[in-house]
Amino acid sequence: MSKVKTAVKIGTLTVKNPVTTASGTFGSGLEMREYVDLRKLGAITVKGTTLKSRAGNPLPRCTETPSGTLNSIGLENPGVDVFVADILPQVAAYETPIIVNIAGSEIPEYGRLAEILENEDAVSALEANVSCPNVKSGGMALGTDPDLVYQVTKLVKENTSKPVIVKLSPNVTDIVSIAKAAEEGGADGLNLINSVLGLAIDIEHKRPALGNIVGGLSGPAIKPIALRMVYQTAQAVTIPIIGLGGIVSWQDAIEFLMAGATAVGIGTGNFLDPATTMKVVDGIEKYLEDHGFSDIHEIIGIAWKGQNAGKEGCHVCSE
Amino acid sequence: MVEQGKILINEHVGKDIWRMELKAPWIAQKARPGQFVNVRLTEHTDPLLRRPISLHGIDADNGIICFLYLVVGKGTKIMSELENGDSLDLLGPLGNGFSTAFQGKRAVLIGGGIGSAPLYPLMEMLKAQKKSVTLIYGAKDQDSIVCLDLYKENQAEVIITTEDGSAGEKGFVTAPFEALLRNESVNYVYACGPSAMLRAVEELTLKYGVDGEISTEANMGCGLGVCLSCSTPGRDGKNRKVCTDGPVFKMGELAYE
Ligand SMILES: Cc1cc2nc3c(=O)[nH]c(=O)nc-3n(C[C@H](O)[C@H](O)[C@H](O)COP(=O)(O)OP(=O)(O)OC[C@H]3O[C@@H](n4cnc5c(N)ncnc54)[C@H](O)[C@@H]3O)c2cc1C
Ligand SMILES: Cc1cc2nc3c(=O)[nH]c(=O)nc-3n(C[C@H](O)[C@H](O)[C@H](O)COP(=O)(O)O)c2cc1C
Ligand code: FES
Repeated sequence: MSKVKTAVKIGTLTVKNPVTTASGTFGSGLEMREYVDLRKLGAITVKGTTLKSRAGNPLPRCTETPSGTLNSIGLENPGVDVFVADILPQVAAYETPIIVNIAGSEIPEYGRLAEILENEDAVSALEANVSCPNVKSGGMALGTDPDLVYQVTKLVKENTSKPVIVKLSPNVTDIVSIAKAAEEGGADGLNLINSVLGLAIDIEHKRPALGNIVGGLSGPAIKPIALRMVYQTAQAVTIPIIGLGGIVSWQDAIEFLMAGATAVGIGTGNFLDPATTMKVVDGIEKYLEDHGFSDIHEIIGIAWKGQNAGKEGCHVCSE
Repeated sequence: MVEQGKILINEHVGKDIWRMELKAPWIAQKARPGQFVNVRLTEHTDPLLRRPISLHGIDADNGIICFLYLVVGKGTKIMSELENGDSLDLLGPLGNGFSTAFQGKRAVLIGGGIGSAPLYPLMEMLKAQKKSVTLIYGAKDQDSIVCLDLYKENQAEVIITTEDGSAGEKGFVTAPFEALLRNESVNYVYACGPSAMLRAVEELTLKYGVDGEISTEANMGCGLGVCLSCSTPGRDGKNRKVCTDGPVFKMGELAYE
């Protein structure tokens, strides 16, 4: 057992290491059991859940661009009731904190979802997705308006005692103002970033490559955007950030931590190597050991705090 | 399971078509006809996603698998440039595979273009079960028809169609297929190929009251059932994941828009 401390906190939730999964890229976790030791993850963030089931967007839903993938899944999911009854108990058996990503097409739906999930002990935290680029109403439209982000956050907080993470859209001019709106609304943490709105054209068929026309770009192509947003936001808020966007290796994860993320999420990286999360967990620990750190908090935000700042503890987690 | 396959042969066998043999004992041991492998082509991030390729050969005894692939873009181009002794990162076997437990003796296998790839191990399995096999193989032209010897060695009947008439009958697979359905007894049909062909074959099969299976394609993100990129509507209104519920589906199971 390593002596390096890797536990971090998001609100009242303590996770044993800073590695979670990006919603929608890891199913419920159960599908990945052959490749991943679910117990070794800091937390499992499950596919976005909505009040009613959603069939999702027309095919093709996925195409590839240089070092990125463009997807337009459209939040296909069986609805929160099926999730709670059939899926949640099975995932809970692995005793790893479960973060449930929720999405609504109207603001009140977020409150209702929070209320339903409040009764589920197996749910450790809620992640309000105000940033899905692939649904017509709600989704990203919410996430680009600070007032609406504030309202959604506040409503979710009013309906739950669990930590609330707000997942932000990168498709905004000023990420900091949106992040502050979520913080003011009572968010316990932020997740950034969701995918970046993009387009690809199929020149043989002379039409957009995706059935939904536009899609969300993810993978290494968006890493610099995500890192920049984490770096800026971490300096402007006091709540912890789950940083994600293009992490495919432990080195990428360390960059996010240094930019100021308290935890990291692996999304598209799971598609290249289904064991990416495990390698990131081990890699972070080894990096800390090799560089003489005793606690992960020493490197969180070190890129802007400077070399010695971390040693005094972390303002975000008050440790 | 991720296995590093070692390339034994990577040869050009037809117009833009390559055949690759790999030593991959774990996959060879586990795989069934109709399953596929998700191939990672670089340790870098471009091309990023794995590429799904069907198992064209499964030799469990010798730990060897085989791919038959058409070079269409960046990923398959890289594949064609690999050399003997190189290793290839393989995730698989994935998907459900064909079932062979049908009533009766006579199976018709229909392959359109590179869609013939997964039919070869299926034919071997059916032959091992003493079924009689007819292959209808449709392609653009003579240069796109490959690996026929494999079928002949196994005493399978082979009917060829080409769009330009340079080999076999001129036209599409549907003409000889309908003739078979009309004049002979067909117990089960398997098809793999372009979606327009699958749709036509499925319509004919069901029209003549025969059952069968099709192997379909969809752009995939993960191949593991987690991303829902491949989710395809069924006639019952429920979606199916091509990667884990398929790629093989019962005829009549999927909805066509
Ligand atoms: C289950 C399954 C089995 C397959 N088996 C074979 C086989 O045995 N032999 C063979 O030659 N081809 C097979 N294909 C098709 C093969 O996956 C594509 O031709 C290949 O991914 C193209 O990659 P590329 O980089 O060369 O082309 P590009 O056009 O550059 O690929 C761009 C992106 O689109 C995806 N894509 C493009 N065409 C297809 C397609 N037809 N199906 C799914 N995704 C596609 C690619 O995976 C990639 O993510 C199979 C597809 C599926 C779904
Ligand atoms: C196929 C796919 C499905 C996704 N589904 C969701 C979702 O349901 N809810 C959500 O908040 N984000 C979803 N995302 C966004 C990811 O969680 C993540 O924010 C984004 O992909 C950036 O991270 P990455 O580059 O590591 O993939 C999805 C992304 C992909 C690629
Ligand atoms: S390809 Fe990801 S679910 Fe099928």
